[in-house]
Amino acid sequence: MNVLLALLLTLVGAAGTITVTIREPVRQTIAAGILSLLLALLFFALQAPDVALSEIVVGSIAIPLMLLLAIAKVRDQQTAVEGEAEDVGRGDER
Amino acid sequence: MSRGRLAIALIGLVLLVGGLAWGTAGSYGFGHYHALYGRIVARDSVPDRSATNAVSVTTFDYRGFDTLGEEFILFVSVAGVIVLLRRMRGESGRDESLLAEEDRRASESSRWLGLALVGPLLVLTVYIVAHGQLTPGGGFQGGVILMSAVAFVAVGGESVVLLRLRRASSGVELAESAGAAGFAMIGFGGLVATGTFFENFIAKGTSGLLTGGFIPLANIAVGLEVAGGLLVVISELFDQRFTRERS
Repeated sequence: MNVLLALLLTLVGAAGTITVTIREPVRQTIAAGILSLLLALLFFALQAPDVALSEIVVGSIAIPLMLLLAIAKVRDQQTAVEGEAEDVGRGDER
Repeated sequence: MSRGRLAIALIGLVLLVGGLAWGTAGSYGFGHYHALYGRIVARDSVPDRSATNAVSVTTFDYRGFDTLGEEFILFVSVAGVIVLLRRMRGESGRDESLLAEEDRRASESSRWLGLALVGPLLVLTVYIVAHGQLTPGGGFQGGVILMSAVAFVAVGGESVVLLRLRRASSGVELAESAGAAGFAMIGFGGLVATGTFFENFIAKGTSGLLTGGFIPLANIAVGLEVAGGLLVVISELFDQRFTRERS
């Protein structure tokens, strides 16, 4: 095993650990996308360019995009619920 | 974390690491490949199918039947997304109007970046799909890249495009279905012409883009299905995000 593979394996391990320790969903999604790019580099170094290409398109484009849209939707609904709660509070004051 | 949970986590960790170590102890060293199948495919794919990408030859030709199953998995998942999201829209009485302009405006830099990437991504899609049997890539990767080109248009602030796409969704769904049906038809073509499902029945060619028998056709069919299916999913998600709830 050469230096490049050792370096990439270490980076993938570090990125994976960082991804699971981040608790904020948007940052975690971006970290998962970066982890996918590093995994793609590792696959490429292991002479699997087809798999690397699939990993890039699915792991760093498709999944983060869907996750970000879902997170945005959830946040929209949360702010809508909070807005309604504020309106009720104002009604009590009157 | 309580002590009980820590103990359970430790037991699980020990079992996992021990199991992995036990399971991989007798295997060959890192980078020492000993299986026969890969060697046979690597040796035969060029003389047998005139295609240099042995991975494409395996997924679309030698193991075309497996890929057909994966195609239908994607098809059914997209159908599931449509059923879930469209039913929700009808139930909650969603307003079809867009959010106000200022709520969906992108910053100037993401506008430029998004719109500048669309052209190169479209060219890359055509390249990846057309060269699937020669270099790494193929219909699946090309299809996802095409979806990302449309997504970059939306990220650049033009989310109206995706809403139009959803309202004219029958065309996108037609592309998806045509791709799925086309791939199955290629299989049946083999059945009719040679008596074996997914047996090559087209001239293999010698060099250039038109090699590998039906593999270029299979790449186009898979690309159509993947791009169509993902566009349906993405436009449904964007639609959920950028239309207003009726209050």
